Amino acid sequence: MKYAIEVEGLTKHYKDFTLDNVSFRVPAGSIVGFIGENGAGKTTTIKAILDLIQRDAGTVRILERENGGRDKEVKEQIGVIFDECYFPDGLRVVDVNQMMRQIYRCWDSDKFFNYCKEFGLPEKKEVKEFSRGMKVKLSIGVALSHQARLIILDDACGALDPVVRNEILDIFMDFIQEEDHTVFLSSHITSDIEKICDYIMLIHQGKLLFFENKDALLYHYGIVRCTEEQYKALDPNLIVGMRRNRFEVEVLVNNRQVLEEHSHDYVIDPASVEEILLYVAKSSVTLR
Amino acid sequence: MNIIISNSSGKPIYEQITAQIKAMVMNGTLSPGDPLPSMRLLAKELRISVITTKRAYEDLERDGFITTIVGKGSFVREADREFVKEEQLKAVEQHLQAAVDTARQYGMSVEELTEVLKMLYEEL
Repeated sequence: MKYAIEVEGLTKHYKDFTLDNVSFRVPAGSIVGFIGENGAGKTTTIKAILDLIQRDAGTVRILERENGGRDKEVKEQIGVIFDECYFPDGLRVVDVNQMMRQIYRCWDSDKFFNYCKEFGLPEKKEVKEFSRGMKVKLSIGVALSHQARLIILDDACGALDPVVRNEILDIFMDFIQEEDHTVFLSSHITSDIEKICDYIMLIHQGKLLFFENKDALLYHYGIVRCTEEQYKALDPNLIVGMRRNRFEVEVLVNNRQVLEEHSHDYVIDPASVEEILLYVAKSSVTLR
Repeated sequence: MNIIISNSSGKPIYEQITAQIKAMVMNGTLSPGDPLPSMRLLAKELRISVITTKRAYEDLERDGFITTIVGKGSFVREADREFVKEEQLKAVEQHLQAAVDTARQYGMSVEELTEVLKMLYEEL
């Protein structure tokens, strides 16, 4: 299998935070959702992959090239969208086009203007007058107009309304119609991730807790609601996280089918990505 | 070709897809040789992940309903009559099993149950 991103033992120390020995591989042609709380290390990971910060240890391969983030040719093929829009305030859409034409060898002006039209970006206005949504759309327009094979988003959709986010999900689904096109997105909007992602990775306090096939995650994980006695009787291998309240115990389990087969007296609900994130973050038990 | 996905049915999405495509093959809506949409197109249209459609197609291929040719796509296979029959039988058995379980629970005899079955069948 080919991989768009390969990260091995990535480590970065800050005074009060450590990105700790993170390893994962993003298969080419997939959409990977990267979730975690604020400050869990998502942006640090993305910046380290892109070589925007110096890492203390570990190796990174992008599009099968060692340290792709430093490689001009590889950079041509990566589109990155951050949560902030970094275009100078005084530019209009035509100016951005002019600038990008100088930067990217494969810049496609027609494509870019088409996206701008589709996104309803005003031609006459300057970037500083753009709404938050427009700025993100502009960044996406740029990322998709230089024949990138890999799109990386760092929490870019968080500020957008559901209608716009949906449009953007459509654009990504279009993008991955090419079999070697890959999307790697970090987001807090777990419902979006639940819909379109093939794999989900969760980071917590600088540690990667899992990188899982989304279907496996959604079909196997479940939330058991039970009494204290029932909780004690549960196979500890199944337990991923738990929350207690005065009337019941809620337990996140990693294989609800096993439980359903063997014991009928548990109340078991499927777990959403959001719930998995919540339970894991709250109880910080390492999965599996 | 219609594929209708429910998010609340509790049945995994790939199973919903395989069940519906199997039904279309068995009732003749899809004929041998008919092309299926690409996994990526299906994922895009239904707004689900490619890994889900891939799983569905792999299961369909394993069960002999479709064949996938690299670079060309997936096609409905010449149905194995024995196999189709077996699948149909399996489906009927599944429902009858539920009826038998219920009947047993209420202490109904085989004769009574058969009577009900006959009645229901002839009504249609």
